[in-house]
This record gives sequence, structure tokens and C-alpha cells, in this order.
Amino acid sequence: MPEEIKFEDALKKLEKIVETLESGDVGLDESLKRYEEGVKLLRLCTVKLEEAEKKIEVLTKDKNGKATGTKEFNKPDSK
Amino acid sequence: MLLLTHMTEIQKALTVTELNRGIKDVLTDEFDDIKVGGELSNFLLHSSGHLYASLKDENSVIKLVMFKGANLKLKFKPANGMNVVVHGRVDVYEKSGQYQIIADYMEEADGRGILQKKFEELRDKLVAEGLIAKQSNGTHRKANPRPIPSYPEKIGIITSPTGAAIQDMLNIISRRFSNVTVVLDPVKVQGEGAAEEIADAVARLNSFGGFDVLIVGRGGGSIEDLWAFNEEPVARAIYASKVPVISAVGHEIDFTIADFVADLRAPTPSAAAELVVKDKNDIAAVLEGNWARLNQALSGMTEKYRERLSWLGKTGLAAALKKTVEVYKERISSLRKNRVLSRPAELIDELRQELDDLEQREEKAYRHFMELKRRELILAASRLEGLNPLKILERGYSVTLNKLSGVIIKNAEDLKKGDTVELRFAKGIAVAEITETK
Repeated sequence: MPEEIKFEDALKKLEKIVETLESGDVGLDESLKRYEEGVKLLRLCTVKLEEAEKKIEVLTKDKNGKATGTKEFNKPDSK
Repeated sequence: MLLLTHMTEIQKALTVTELNRGIKDVLTDEFDDIKVGGELSNFLLHSSGHLYASLKDENSVIKLVMFKGANLKLKFKPANGMNVVVHGRVDVYEKSGQYQIIADYMEEADGRGILQKKFEELRDKLVAEGLIAKQSNGTHRKANPRPIPSYPEKIGIITSPTGAAIQDMLNIISRRFSNVTVVLDPVKVQGEGAAEEIADAVARLNSFGGFDVLIVGRGGGSIEDLWAFNEEPVARAIYASKVPVISAVGHEIDFTIADFVADLRAPTPSAAAELVVKDKNDIAAVLEGNWARLNQALSGMTEKYRERLSWLGKTGLAAALKKTVEVYKERISSLRKNRVLSRPAELIDELRQELDDLEQREEKAYRHFMELKRRELILAASRLEGLNPLKILERGYSVTLNKLSGVIIKNAEDLKKGDTVELRFAKGIAVAEITETK
């Protein structure tokens, strides 16, 4: 996906489109355009929802406490 | 007061028992929930299990009793000279007339009391600085809290990597919306240097970037365990965070300064996880709802347009046109009916005829009038005829007149013997002399 839009922003945009369409304030051509955009956003959100990309990471730091990056977090077995 | 009133009104001596009972009523009523600090002395743990002592300061002393049940819960070993804070009530021992504190709780004054004081001092300082706002209900929270994103995708967690908090949060997150990245910044959450580590981590995650929300917290513990979250560096780091912060410290009943400067206070770490990571099914429902609304809105709109088009095609345009034509037709026909324009000669003829008619009617009326007058005249004439005296005379009557004056005689008394009268008949006149009147 070329445009990296966040789920939250996509959903907000979608909700705005729905509201606009429901208000009936825009013309037919514009409505169709918005609808198409809405469908695109919905698809995007659904894809994001289904994506099993959960990542649990742990921040790595240098001696001075500066963040250097992240690595996979291995759950400790006991607390 | 009650007692004095009682005495002055009744003017009767009280018994000692009555007095002590009255004092007991007043004291127990007034001091039934007290917290008092002082130094322990004459400390004695009786074989019965009850604890007896005195509580004193520089100028004053009061007796203190802590019964077995209560003192078993003590978290420290009391000793003479120790500064303590006790909670309880005042009671009067009627038999000896002595009053004392019945304590139900005791703690070292330089333990919790001092921490509580420090907590309040920092809170009030931050309120004064405007970082914390006191709410109308007496609670405290961040002065201008920012909204927490509903669907954060990158979440920073600042807590111990081995504590219960991270376990709880990860358990919840793993069951939920999958499209998230959680980055743990492991820190010490209690003991020496914990506050600084937490504060540094908040700043570090801010500068590392990319986070939608930060969760700062730890699991439950004593006030000492949670203390790092009541320290100023933590409070200031949380407040300064550019990324919205959720505080999640201890249990629901634990309030820390971190809670007051975070954008949102989660009652527990688990609750924080539930707040930021939505249930997958809930999100699916939200998306479905939007899908339905989107389609409904569009079909509603197309329906509206279809209706408008069909109205224009069938009813609207045609009817509008028809109506216009109708109006013109009517105007034209009414113009046609107007004969001034269509047949002027005919109208003139008609007017002429009407004029003739009027003339005729006038003549007729005149004739009728004249006839009427003629009849009136005949009638009047016949009436005049009846009045003619000659007509009467013709029926055999006669008229007598004085011959000299010519006056008609209507009364015999107007005549005397020797008068000459003239008698007029229908035909002819005779003259006669009166010989007698009666």
C-alpha cells in the first residue's frame, strides 16, 4: 500500500464520509465519489483488522539509557 | 451543654453516675472518629492480649487502649518513645471517671503519615503550578487532558519486564485487535532510583517516536511499593510527554500523583490494556455499521434522484406544461368570447335593439299612465255629477231660498210669516209667501 494511513485516521475519514452522505448535502456525482472513497477506506480498515501483525517488542538501550532500537520481547515465564 | 441546661432547669443534684454518664455521652459523641499523633509511653502488652499505653506530647498526656483484635493487625512493634498515629474513639470508663482512647489502628508517624504528607504537598504544588486541576467533586486530574486515540497502533509500555502488570497487559492485548505494535521499555518500578528510571523512559519513548499512546504503571502493592509514581520527576515527565499517557498504577483504590498528571487514569494495568486495544469483534461491528450506513446513504440518495427524475418526466414537467397551456387556452377563449373584438357590428345592432325596446317600453308606460289618469277623471266627473243639486231636484226635491237675501233656507225658524221665498224645482222656479211657521 503506497499510502500508509493509520487505522484510526482511516476510520475517522470513513465516518465523516458516511455522515456527509447521510446528510444529503452533496450532489449525486460527489456522492458517488465519496461512496467510492468510503468503500476503499472500509476495505483498508478491514484488511488492517485482519492483519495478524501483532508485535511485542522491547526497547534496547545503550549505556547512557538512549534508545537504540527494539527487539522481540520474550515473555518471562514467571514474574 | 445538655447537662448544664438540665441542671439549671431542674435545679436538682445529679448523682455521680449520672454525671459520668453524661460526660461519656458528650465525649463519645464528639470524639467517635479521631486520628491523633503522639509519643508512646507506659507501654504494656497485657497477658490478656490487650495493649495499654499513654500517648503524650510536650504538654499533655492521654491514656490509650488497643484491644486484642485490633493490635494483632499492627505492622510494627510498638515501644516506648515511638512516635505513632492512632485512629479510634474516645471512651469514658464510668467506674473511675477516666477517659481514654480506644484505638483500632496504629502506625508509625514517620511511616505512612509522612508519605501521605509528601503526597499532598506535591499534589498541591502541582495544582498551584497549574499542572493538576482540582475537580468540583474534590478529585484531581490533569489540567488539560488530551484525548486517547481510539485505535492506537503503536503502544509504549513503561513498567517492569517481570512484574504482574506487563503479564496482565500482554494477555489482554493478545486476545484483542491484532494490528498493534507494543514496545516495552523495561524499568525498575520500586526502590531506589525507580522514579528516575520511569521519568527517563517517558522522555526516551517520546524522543524515540512513533508512539500513539504510552502506558506507565505497575501492579498493586503497598504505598511504599507504589511510591515512585508519587515522585516529582515522574510527575513532570508524564506531564511533559508529547504522546498521550495513560497511568495504570496498582489497584483501583490506589491514587498516585502520576494519575493526576496523566491524560487518562486507568484503574489497573489490565484496564489500561483494554482501553487502548479494542476487541477485534467490536471493531468489526463498527466497520459493519459504517458499511451499512454508507450503502444506505447512497441508496437513499439514488432513490431520491430517481424520484426527482421520474417526477420531472411524468408528473412534474408535463403537469407544469399542461397547466401553462391551459391557462393560455382559457385566456384566448375568453378573448374570443369578447364580441367587442370579435363581432362589433352585431353588438351595435343589439344595442340599437335594446334602445328601441327601451323606447317602446317608455311609450307603453306613458300610455298606461294616461289611461289611468283618464279613468281617474271619469270617476271624478261622476262624483261631481252626484253633487250637482239639479240631480237631486230631479228626484222631486226642491230648494227654498230667501227671495230677498238669496240664502238657502235649511231651518224653518229662519222664516217668519209674510216672508217671500223662492222655490227652485228641477224645472222652473215658483215664488211663495210664508203664511205660517211651526
